[in-house]
Amino acid sequence: MEALFDAAPFTGYVFPNETVIPWSLMIVIYPYITGLVAGSFTVATFYHVFGVPRFRPVARFALLTSLSFMVFVPLPLLLHLGHPERAMNVMLTPHLTSAFAAFGFFATFYVVLVFLEIWFAFRENIVAWAQERKGLAGLFYRVLTLGSYEISATTRSYDAKWLKALAVIGIVGAHGLHGYVGFVFGSLKSREWWGSDLMPVIFLVSAITSGIAILITLYVLTSRVRKVPVDLDCLKGMAYMLWGFLIFTIVLEFLEFANMVYKGREGVETIMALVAGPLWFSLGVLQMGFAVIAFFIMSYFMWRSTQDRQLVIGVTVSALLMLVSVLAMRWNVVIGGQELSKTMQGLLYFHPPLLGREGLLVMVTVFALPFGLLWVLTRLLPPWVPKLDHVPSR
Amino acid sequence: MKLKRQAFDPDRRRLLRFLGRVVTYASAMIASLGVFGRRGLAGAGPAFPATDYDWTKHRWGFGVDATRCIGCLRCVEACKTENGVARDAHHFRTWVERYVYLKGEKLPRVDSQADPGNIAASGSEKEYRFDNRYKDAKVEKAFFVPKLCNQCEHPPCVQVCPVGATFRTPDGVVLIDHDYCIGCQYCVQACPYGVRLFNQKYEVTDKCTWCYHRITRGLKPACVEACPVNARIFGDQNDPESPISKFIRENRVQVLKPSMGTSPNVFYVGIDKEIV
Repeated sequence: MEALFDAAPFTGYVFPNETVIPWSLMIVIYPYITGLVAGSFTVATFYHVFGVPRFRPVARFALLTSLSFMVFVPLPLLLHLGHPERAMNVMLTPHLTSAFAAFGFFATFYVVLVFLEIWFAFRENIVAWAQERKGLAGLFYRVLTLGSYEISATTRSYDAKWLKALAVIGIVGAHGLHGYVGFVFGSLKSREWWGSDLMPVIFLVSAITSGIAILITLYVLTSRVRKVPVDLDCLKGMAYMLWGFLIFTIVLEFLEFANMVYKGREGVETIMALVAGPLWFSLGVLQMGFAVIAFFIMSYFMWRSTQDRQLVIGVTVSALLMLVSVLAMRWNVVIGGQELSKTMQGLLYFHPPLLGREGLLVMVTVFALPFGLLWVLTRLLPPWVPKLDHVPSR
Repeated sequence: MKLKRQAFDPDRRRLLRFLGRVVTYASAMIASLGVFGRRGLAGAGPAFPATDYDWTKHRWGFGVDATRCIGCLRCVEACKTENGVARDAHHFRTWVERYVYLKGEKLPRVDSQADPGNIAASGSEKEYRFDNRYKDAKVEKAFFVPKLCNQCEHPPCVQVCPVGATFRTPDGVVLIDHDYCIGCQYCVQACPYGVRLFNQKYEVTDKCTWCYHRITRGLKPACVEACPVNARIFGDQNDPESPISKFIRENRVQVLKPSMGTSPNVFYVGIDKEIV
């Protein structure tokens, strides 16, 4: 008979029920994807709200990226649930004291908001495509126009106003959503590794870091595929953002750990054993090491004001390093927290299964799906087509 | 630009009525799916809860006298049998911990019946016993501590359940509606005592209920019934003459992890400072 669960080996003393790790890979990938949503939306708002013109080449692409990932945020959760068919109960009968009760509402609200934002951002193009295209594609765009073909100074200012207003709400929404994911972990007093006041903030800044990183990577990649030069001004803007937020991330993560060690509460020896044991590679090398390397690469480039091809390569490498670093951070929080026993006198060792509903294969698939959707979306709504003489409203 | 207020035309009204109907039918369909998807943990049995039971009249409490426990693990055996808990080393509604202070060592050595050494001694994950590993050691102090759900006044597990499938009854027991649990295991994470477990067969969370199906019929929990040395004490805290009321009154009792603010309802006598 196929085993229904994997039991984790342990050292020291752990509570007997703890040997089956409750939250595994799906809960690692869930905050990671949510983070990418928040981060890429942040870049978009820099253009739509703050009117920073250098972000124009990626502003609409960032919105599509944000939506592509957001659509798949619930998937790992559904895969994790014992009874996914009862998932709607969370919204039908939300238990309001639960940090998780509002997730469905938050997520739905945010998806609707990003949809609207995208619609306003692409409205003029949609109207143009509806008139140009024939057949099924034409019908698709005609439906998308919602019957309004008017483009004038009035509609333009109306669109811009909505775009800005929605983006302002979106900033709150995207950051609220992700800070909230951090709260899901940080609000638990049962786990020393999670129950930190800094947790939501760390989740948020690392999320923005990862979102900028994925956008840099995708922008450079798509530019190569489209055989157009990378807009260096735009890339530099994103690199500055990445640099800034990654400093925030490293400092906050360090502060949190320093706090834990300095306070030295009961069981701190076990925390040190966790860091030196099961987490040494994912925390020491992947999370912290990669972030520090990315920091030095970018700082060096800023100091030397590197340009052109070198800059593109350097920034992309740093972005890739940060993508791995933030994924490792999610692992270290979610898995690390459970590898530290609630007894504070033992450690568990989680080995991810390859197969199964919550295995590595499914995790990779879940992470690949948003890229597929993004590919489709960029076909339907090419974000690279210029929006005729549009200037962001101030 | 402001939108103009439009007259409410009949077409729109018809559309709204149609949309209303769609929403109603859709919710009815979703609700009925939920009903068909139901399945219980316990098979066919006597009516539950007992029909003549008034849960506002009781306030259950549990005592553990660690000075009496001999680590025979009959309680674990009884619990697994009574509640159909998986017979392995990873699913327990109750368990027993062994604390041994060896001469010259500051900290105790701790294990439970789920320790690989003890499983090797019993020969199977389905049998429970403590091995004799300290036979030749110089033991300074040793004792057993039975663990079970504390049925907290402020249960963190109930707090975090996103659908309200787990709840605290007026008589003070935390229960789970297995037909409503979505199996997210947030409660498993939230319990500071590691008491909650996951039933992989039914894909819902499970926990110690102090044998709610028994106590609502005037019986004792299975573990209390099976304990040969009266290390487990159970009763109604509303009744001053009940075993638990006497136990709390006549002893200096302690609870586990009081700093968690959970206000446990399992009261311990004879535990030491190093208890986890």
